[in-house]
Amino acid sequence: MMLDGLYQEIILDHYKHPHGRGLRDPFNGEAHHVNPTCGDEITVRVAASSDTFSDISYDGLGCSISQASASVLHELLQGRTAAEAAGIQDAFVALMQGRGQVEPDEDVLGDGIAFAGVAKFPARVKCALLPWMAFKDAAARAGVDVTAASSEVKA
Amino acid sequence: MTFDVARIRADFPILSREVNGHPLVYLDSANTSQKPAQVIKAMRLHNERHNGNVSRSVHTLGTEATSAYEEARGKVAAFIGAATPDEIVFTKNSTEAINLVAHSLGQHLALKPGDEIVISEMEHHSNIVPWQLLCERTGATLRWFGVTDEGRLALDSIDELINERTKIVSVVHMSNVLGTINDVAPIVARAHEVGALVLLDCSQSVPHLPVDVQQLGADFIAFTGHKMLGPTGIGVLWGRYDLLAAMPPFLAGGSMIETVTMTGTTYAPPPARFEAGTPPIAEAVGLGAAVDYLNALGMEAVHRHEQEITAYALKTLADVPGVSIFGPATPEGRGGTLSFAVDGVHPHDVGQVLDALGVEVRVGHHCAKPTCVRFGVPAMTRASFYLYTTTDEIDSLARGLDQVRKVFG
Repeated sequence: MMLDGLYQEIILDHYKHPHGRGLRDPFNGEAHHVNPTCGDEITVRVAASSDTFSDISYDGLGCSISQASASVLHELLQGRTAAEAAGIQDAFVALMQGRGQVEPDEDVLGDGIAFAGVAKFPARVKCALLPWMAFKDAAARAGVDVTAASSEVKA
Repeated sequence: MTFDVARIRADFPILSREVNGHPLVYLDSANTSQKPAQVIKAMRLHNERHNGNVSRSVHTLGTEATSAYEEARGKVAAFIGAATPDEIVFTKNSTEAINLVAHSLGQHLALKPGDEIVISEMEHHSNIVPWQLLCERTGATLRWFGVTDEGRLALDSIDELINERTKIVSVVHMSNVLGTINDVAPIVARAHEVGALVLLDCSQSVPHLPVDVQQLGADFIAFTGHKMLGPTGIGVLWGRYDLLAAMPPFLAGGSMIETVTMTGTTYAPPPARFEAGTPPIAEAVGLGAAVDYLNALGMEAVHRHEQEITAYALKTLADVPGVSIFGPATPEGRGGTLSFAVDGVHPHDVGQVLDALGVEVRVGHHCAKPTCVRFGVPAMTRASFYLYTTTDEIDSLARGLDQVRKVFG
């Protein structure tokens, strides 16, 4: 069934057993994002000190794709430096905007490669990106620019 | 004549296509309905043979287009029991029809602080936001009916809610989320008692049940072509002629004038006053053909069929573990629009799994966020039926929901 491409076991596993879920203190940047077409919501908090994300916490309401994506984000970016996070963020965004044509690098994206199939469902790409966009804003509010390293933005 | 669903389905070319390798099961008619070949053909014929601009040409094509456009107006007027075709204003959709009333009636009534507008918690955003904006412009206050746990309007406070300060009451005839068909008689009666005017959002009722504006007793109703077998791009505002005649224009431009000088303009009488610019002409022809199609079946028969399908669906979904329905649980006083939750599974995921099986439902907030909030959820899954819906399709939905539980169980 073609759904296998979308609902990978890894995604369902993150959805059912999310990593790092729940909003935590302390934090120095927070962003709340909604997807106005479907009503999905997420709040992301970051604790950034000396250029490292010592904690990334989140809470939200949404579909399996958006919630699993938040769990993967936590797993991939927690403890990373701004430059590392920017690279991973770029790679994930490029994968999601690649219409299924981008070959993901597991060394960079870890469990995030499971989202390769989501890129083939245009209506769901926004779901997968929701936590990542909220993270970018939360980081900016903490004074960390995770887009700084991205010299090449994919159309 | 018996209601022959198989024969009806044969008129809808799209119903024979496949989606993701499965026969299409289209359960999203509250969103937009499918179009029969008769409507598609009428629009094609118009564009192939009779295309011209309306109300301004002496040539043959322009005359043919004008008479086709006005003939469609007449059909729509008769369909809802309007006193005259001049009470039918063609708009882009229901949203524009409601905005037209919010602007022009709001200006005519010279709303001011202290005045009140009453809506309800079960409205589509198109029957909330125009009134919020009108209140912002005039200082009037927006108030609303609540919704009961059973998905009906809470009318117990009606005499307090609709009072001598109330100028406009605008409520939905049939909910696009809960399927509730509101008994609007007491609302209309109370509104008129205090001198307020009533607009009914009939987007979901006119396509599915007999609607007679004289019987409803409202002052305005709004509905849209694409939900009643017609094309997108055309909607309808019906209003009492004396009210329309007293209201200032909404959009301004060609066709809506009587005479224009550089220092001032006088306006055409309704409906032209409210139809600035070139209107949706082929779309009006298509809507007229849709009205013909519905009349040939009879709206009583259409409604009866949908009541049967709804009863079957309510029973079938009640037997699917983990499914709970929002809104009235029995077919009485409700139409064929059924929103539900699948325990532990987000509506987006429900919709995605169903789509993989060819079952097309709508998921999300259905442009009615306050209704979703009222029932404590950010989103719902909605299956909605029409004259072409079969019990087999309801069974496909139920099988699809079993699959949803397998994927997310």
